[in-house]
Amino acid sequence: MPTSKSEPGAGRAGVYDLAVIGAGPAGLAAADTAAALGLRVALLDAGSRPGGQYYRHPAPELGAARPEKLHHGWTAFARLRARLAASPLVDHLPGHHVWAAEAGVPGDERRPWRLHATRGPGAGDRATVLARAALLATGAYERHLPFPGWTLPGVVTAGGAQAMLKSSLVLPGRRIVVAGSGPLLLAAASSLVAAGAEVPAIVEATSYLGYARGLPVLTGNPGKLAEGTAHGARLLRHGVRLRRSSAVVEAHGTDRVTAVTVARLDARWKPVPGSERRIACDAVAIGHGLVPQIELAAELGAETVTGPDGAVALKVDARQRTSVPGLWAAGETCGVGGADLALAEGVLAARAVAGRPDGGREVAVRRRRRAFAALMAAAHAPGPDWTGWVTDDTDVCRCEEVPAREIRAAVAELGAGDARTVKLLTRAGMGWCQGRMCGPAVACLSGGGGAAGRPDSRPLSCPVPLAQLAEPVRSVEQPGPGPD
Amino acid sequence: MDPLDLVGAEPGPARTILFDGRPVPALPGQTLAAALWADGVLAWRTTRNGGRPRGAFCGIGQCFDCLATVNGRPNQRLCLLPAEPGDTVTTQEGHGHADLEV
Repeated sequence: MPTSKSEPGAGRAGVYDLAVIGAGPAGLAAADTAAALGLRVALLDAGSRPGGQYYRHPAPELGAARPEKLHHGWTAFARLRARLAASPLVDHLPGHHVWAAEAGVPGDERRPWRLHATRGPGAGDRATVLARAALLATGAYERHLPFPGWTLPGVVTAGGAQAMLKSSLVLPGRRIVVAGSGPLLLAAASSLVAAGAEVPAIVEATSYLGYARGLPVLTGNPGKLAEGTAHGARLLRHGVRLRRSSAVVEAHGTDRVTAVTVARLDARWKPVPGSERRIACDAVAIGHGLVPQIELAAELGAETVTGPDGAVALKVDARQRTSVPGLWAAGETCGVGGADLALAEGVLAARAVAGRPDGGREVAVRRRRRAFAALMAAAHAPGPDWTGWVTDDTDVCRCEEVPAREIRAAVAELGAGDARTVKLLTRAGMGWCQGRMCGPAVACLSGGGGAAGRPDSRPLSCPVPLAQLAEPVRSVEQPGPGPD
Repeated sequence: MDPLDLVGAEPGPARTILFDGRPVPALPGQTLAAALWADGVLAWRTTRNGGRPRGAFCGIGQCFDCLATVNGRPNQRLCLLPAEPGDTVTTQEGHGHADLEV
């Protein structure tokens, strides 16, 4: 991945053939495939190292001899990373957080895509990358459902616990309850116990019976079953107990979490009175599945689809094209489905951009994995009565400290009927995270269902220093001047 | 087993950062949030309204719960910042602008 300006072989023109946003499984596969087909590629990524969240790995300074111990499919990543490092056609641009995408006009050389990125806090830390086509591979972030005490230090996200473990080799505590819903819980718990944590329980809100309805889909995805079995075997070996149809309904502590209360749930996720049990712990890792990160495309008016769990994803055609001309998408941005699917879609998207026919293998993988993803999303969709464990005092919006009481009052007394009106009346979702943490919960409490409907409009997809916005675009990041 | 043993990590010597004036070791390559977790510290800011303690939540720069004052600059996300030798982290109270004259 040549990042040096003097790297020989880098393109000399100011316009790339393709800009890939995100260097996770989908983005890496896409950049690799596109370069193999002769395209000049800019691979922009917010992270300092390639891999995204799935292949997140220790900083080189930590000297990890066996990083694969915290991963599935590490060899696929190692191969992609090596190929990209050797490719003269891919410029990896780490630490580039794209905050806006200006659509280009396909076929018009004078009007390419313009991708604006921030690289740091300084006024000059901005970059604009020009490309004939753009591919969105920005992945997903976690969905969260609030409960009393979820703002206590020591309550962290399941993905966050994994991310901190994978990149910095640390744990939030020694005795960690893992709770929420979805397959990420098994993966997170499996990593945590491998790294020495005690996991007294995995608390899963669904019954897992939803999977029984999809036996043909399950047998068509033996790899997924094997992955689940591997996690299950490790968890069994460490004596980790899976509590199905249950939820953490309260976290206890004053300055940090010291215990949780777990209750059984009925089929609609309503806590069963009298079923509460207390479990001592010094950390909690929570998560209720993932939500596609699609702000850049949504801002361009790209069409979306709503999945069985209420999550909104980008609508793509058989060749990974979005409804915006010149904009492709791959992986979790098209609906959460895992790394194998992301790798296959990255290849398919890159081949489409290059004008080549599809590979049959990737098409088959996509069909099987998309079916599995739909089954998974339906099985773990939040039940309608989860709000039963949210007390009036529970902060729903963490940033603005808006308790459920205020949101309920906005609905019951002020007549708000959707998340946007609730936001304007209470400031829920108006803080630093811009509703990424509380959005689905506020929508439910507002009577608007899960995350259904159009995603919020965010002209800037991430915080950008004002000085950078004020700075006129003088220089466009070049693919490298070349040795002339 | 601990996380370092699991992956066979052999980091260079720990450097020292200061958290509210107290020295805390940080391994090269770790973020500031990670160094604090490794030292058993889970909270490094208090909220603007309730004065409640908060620390890292999402771990990937999305939630902004891990804000603190770093080397005098408020509202820095500790889960994204690599720990550099001599970094000074101060618990951030409220909006973090108490020291600014506005």
